This record gives sequence, C-alpha cells and structure tokens, in this order.
Amino acid sequence: MNGESGSAKEYQTEKRPDFVKVENSTQFKRLIREKKKFTIPITIFFMVFYFLLPILTSYTTFLNTPAIGDISWVWLFAFAQFIMTFTLSIVYVKKASGFDKQAEQIIADQLEKGEDDA
Amino acid sequence: MDTIVIVLFLAIVFLTLAITYYASRNTKTTGDFYTAGGSLTGIQNGIAISGDYLSAASFLGIAGAIALYGFDGFFYSIGFLIAYLVVMFLVAEPLRNLGKYTIADMINARFDAKKVRGAAALSTVTIVIFYMIAQLVGAGALIQLLFGIDYWIAVLIVGVMMTIYVLFGGMIATSWVQITKAVLLMAGMIIISFLVLLKYNFDLGFMFSEVKTATSHGADYLNPGLQYTNPLGTLSLMLALVLGTSGLPHILMRFFTVKDAKTARSSVITATWTIGIFYILTLFLGFGAAAFVGEQQIIAANPGGNMAAPLLAQALGGDILFAFISAVAFATILAVVAGLVLSGASAFAHDLYAQIIKKGNVTDRQQMLAARYAALAVSVFSIVLALFAQSLNVAFLVSLAFCIAASANLPVILYTVYWKKFNTAGAVTALLSGLFSALILVSMSPSVFSPVEGAALFVGDPIFPLENPALISVPLGFLGGYIGTKISKKSDPVRYAEVTVKANTGYKEAR
Repeated sequence: MNGESGSAKEYQTEKRPDFVKVENSTQFKRLIREKKKFTIPITIFFMVFYFLLPILTSYTTFLNTPAIGDISWVWLFAFAQFIMTFTLSIVYVKKASGFDKQAEQIIADQLEKGEDDA
Repeated sequence: MDTIVIVLFLAIVFLTLAITYYASRNTKTTGDFYTAGGSLTGIQNGIAISGDYLSAASFLGIAGAIALYGFDGFFYSIGFLIAYLVVMFLVAEPLRNLGKYTIADMINARFDAKKVRGAAALSTVTIVIFYMIAQLVGAGALIQLLFGIDYWIAVLIVGVMMTIYVLFGGMIATSWVQITKAVLLMAGMIIISFLVLLKYNFDLGFMFSEVKTATSHGADYLNPGLQYTNPLGTLSLMLALVLGTSGLPHILMRFFTVKDAKTARSSVITATWTIGIFYILTLFLGFGAAAFVGEQQIIAANPGGNMAAPLLAQALGGDILFAFISAVAFATILAVVAGLVLSGASAFAHDLYAQIIKKGNVTDRQQMLAARYAALAVSVFSIVLALFAQSLNVAFLVSLAFCIAASANLPVILYTVYWKKFNTAGAVTALLSGLFSALILVSMSPSVFSPVEGAALFVGDPIFPLENPALISVPLGFLGGYIGTKISKKSDPVRYAEVTVKANTGYKEAR
C-alpha cells in the first residue's frame, strides 16, 4: 500500500501469487464453470429475444394483429423487452452474490494465504 | 426569449458552476481527476451513468421519432436499453477488476505492448471526436431553437461550460453535473408523461385507440415500417445500438469511478432501471406530441422532430413547463459533452502521454497537468470542428461512433477477458480492422453519398447500401482479432491466468 518503502515493494513482487496454480485449482474452475453455465445461456437468450423483434417486424406482419384492444402484439413484444431486462437484472444480482462468495473464498484460501506462505 | 427561460437557464449554469467550484477543491490527484478517486457509491454512479448516457438524442430525438414515425421510433429505446444487459453480463465487472483509468489500461492488463495501447487510444479518440461533434452540432441547433440565439454563440456557450467543468472539477464535477441532470431529466419526463396520461384517464388502451387516428398515417402509425423499410438496414442499426454501448469510452470510464466490481454491478443495475423507465416514458412523450402538438407543428419547428418534447411541454403545461424542459435539455447536453471531454483527455494524457511517450515515468502532478491540457485541447478542437460542421447531418456521426465502439472496442474487450489464446497481434488487428472497416464503409454509405443533392455530404450513388455498417464491420472486428491471433501464434498463458483470476475474483495485489 501507499507509504511503503521500495524494499517492501520488491519483497511483495517476489511473493506474487501463483496465478496459474489458482487458475487450475478445482475451486477456481468450479467458479468459472458455474459462471459460464449462467452467463452463456442467458446472453444467447436475450440476444435472440432482442433480434427476434426487428427480424419479425422486417420480414413478417403477423405481429401487427391486435392483442388487447388497439394494442397490437408488436407493442406487447416491445414491452416484453423491458420486462425481460428488469427481470434479468434482478436474476443477475441474486446469482452474482453467490459468485462473490466463491470469489472471496478463493482469495482467502489461495491468493492471500499463498502470499503468507511463500 | 421569456424571462422565465432565461432565469432557469442561468439557474442551471449557476448550479453546475457551484458544483464545479466545490469539486475543484477536492480534485487533488490524478485519480480524483480521471475517476473521482473511485469514491462514488453504486447508486450515485448508476444515476451518473444515466446522466452520461441519456443524451439530447435520446431525450429529444426519440420523442420526436416516436411522434413522427410511431413504432419505428421506439426501436431506438429498445436497442439502447438491451445494450445494458451486454454491459451487465459481459463487460462491467471484469472491466472494473482489470482497469484503472481507461479501456487501454484494461487491455494492458494482458499486453504491455505500446502498440496495443496506442491502437486503443486511437479508437477511443476517434469515437470521442465523432460523438462530440454530433453532440455539439445538435446542441448548437437546439439552443438556437430554444433560446433564439445564433448557432456559433450557442456552440461557444456549451463548449466553454463543458471546458470549465472538466478543467477545474475533473470527474468529480462531471459526475455531479451528470447526477443533477439525470434527476432533472427524470423529473421532467415524469411530469410530462403524467400530464399525457391524465388526458387519457390513465387508460393505455384508450391512448392507443386515440393515437391511431391522431396522425396522417392512420392505423399504420402503430405498426412498424414507417421509417425503416430495409430489413438489413434495420438489423444493422439494432446491432450497432446493442453492442456499441459496451464499447463507448465515456460510458466505460464511469465504471472506474467506483471502488470495486460489486459497486460497479450495483451501478449498472441502477442505471438499467433508470434508463429503462426513461425509455418507457419516451413513448408517452412521443404519442403525446403526436396527439397534442401535431405532426405539422413538430415538423415546422424542426424537420427532425427534435422540438416535439419541448412543444408538448408547452401544449400541456404552458410557458413554465416549456422553460423547465428547455433548461433540462440544456443541462442534458452539458452533462454528456463533459463526460466525452474527460474520456478523450484521459486517452491523450494517460495513454499517449504518460504511458507511451513518458513510459509511465511521470509524477502525479505532471500527469494531472497533462490531463488538464489535454482536456483543453480536446474541447477547443471539437468546438472549432463543430463551428464548421453546422450543416452536417449529425445522425451519421452518432451511428458511426456507436459502430466503431461495437466493431473496434468491444471485440478486444471480450477477447481480452474471455479468450485464452488472444495475443498482442490479435489485439492490434481487432482494433484496427474494426475501426477502419467502420470508417471506410460509412464513407461509402448513403449517409455520405446520396443522389439527391443536399441529402448527404456528396452527390453520387452510395457504393455500400447500409447507412449503418455494423452488420459487416462488427464481424470484421472479431474476425480481425481472430486472424491476427492465429497468425502470430504467440500467447502468454501465464499472463492470461493472472488476468482471468483477477477479472473473476476481483483480487488486487497490494501495490
């Protein structure tokens, strides 16, 4: 941290954590696997859901049929994009706090401990 | 202009200058100047992101587009919003964990090469300049309309104000100007939407039925296809909107103003909600303007529809609401251009000067001075360009900025964080192929060449058919990075291990 002498800095750089070891640890691999399992399907989902709207409006007209009174399906689809965004942001916060806990565990178990041991 | 407009206008000028004065006393280090010392809370930063993002194009442009083209105008609202899911899921947290002041810092977490930093700074500066000219030209035209003053005076007023904020108050002042503006803007939107809904007894079905007969388009007004008739053009625009945001330097820079990835996450959540509510309200503004102001009057005031929102405010709330909305529009412009100046200045002073030219051997004091000079230079340069660009169609400058951000910056950001084999050569080729394919394709597009005289920069047939080239240039950016990486074959798995561990855990070494 600030205010430390040059020799203290060298001392720390010598004791850098072994990131390759951390990367290959089961603990870290599990975090990455769970993150991927969560992020990739959702990203594909919202991109498809998003592009479906302009694709359908560009190449078809069936969304123009009325759904509720004079409000047609295309408007309901557009509003669904907002609902999807708000829902996914709530889901993301919940899921991410779980990842935070795993990340903190990795830092405590491997990264900071590693510094002390070395 | 009316006294009340001038009073509110001066109140905003005074308020933002007071913020700058207080901020300047707390701007002591380079970190304060670039990133407010990382001191903002998630909610503050989230509101500031909204303030940074919701430009006059969003506020006045979309309201006008919905008023004139119905559903097609709403496409922008959807694209600009879903873009935040990309930021949230893929970019915000690793960016915060790896970066310090700029996008180039984040890429440099993997590659020390100066050419990577240089290429990243080049694309940042290009985006900032295009975006800035678009904002300043739009601002000049708008203030000219609102306050009845000459274009060049209007550009100078905005230009001088933004320079003062950034020069003296750095990121602290810029953030608080953006927060103030976001609050004022949301208040204005909610008041107008409430008045519109009041007219329809808060019955959405009734509103749709009424709007159906309010315009010359009849029932077609509620269907897509009034403005966008070319399917590939529509898809290309939607691609630029959804991916461009995660590559815009002035937006990404905002994530460095918080202390860690957790706070970055809460700021992107706050921003998503604020921006989402804002874009839903654009619908009420657009419909309201179509019904209570009328197409002819909107077009008579400005052919692009930019005056729809202020005119609606006048129709519903009289001169006082008109004055308030005009003042909000002014504040909106100021907040966005200030953010742009800051991100341009950081690319010059931090990336080009401090890291490349001086190789990192600069004192904090020198770097701060360099940042201020750079801010001044970026401001003066864009003001001069904007003064000469009055007649330019600003829409293509904005679409170009989004397109470069999506084609050059985003591929590199994603590859840096998620692709193990990515290397220095790939980073440079991704940045350059994205940047130049966007530039070249736009220069051959209908935005630059049109057979109708005066419709574009030059008269002639466009070689490239799409106004927005994202559909081609984004894949080219990704492909460029892939090919560059495969050809050079070098890779540094040890360095990647460090980057992926840091990006995913938020671990920071004590320095």
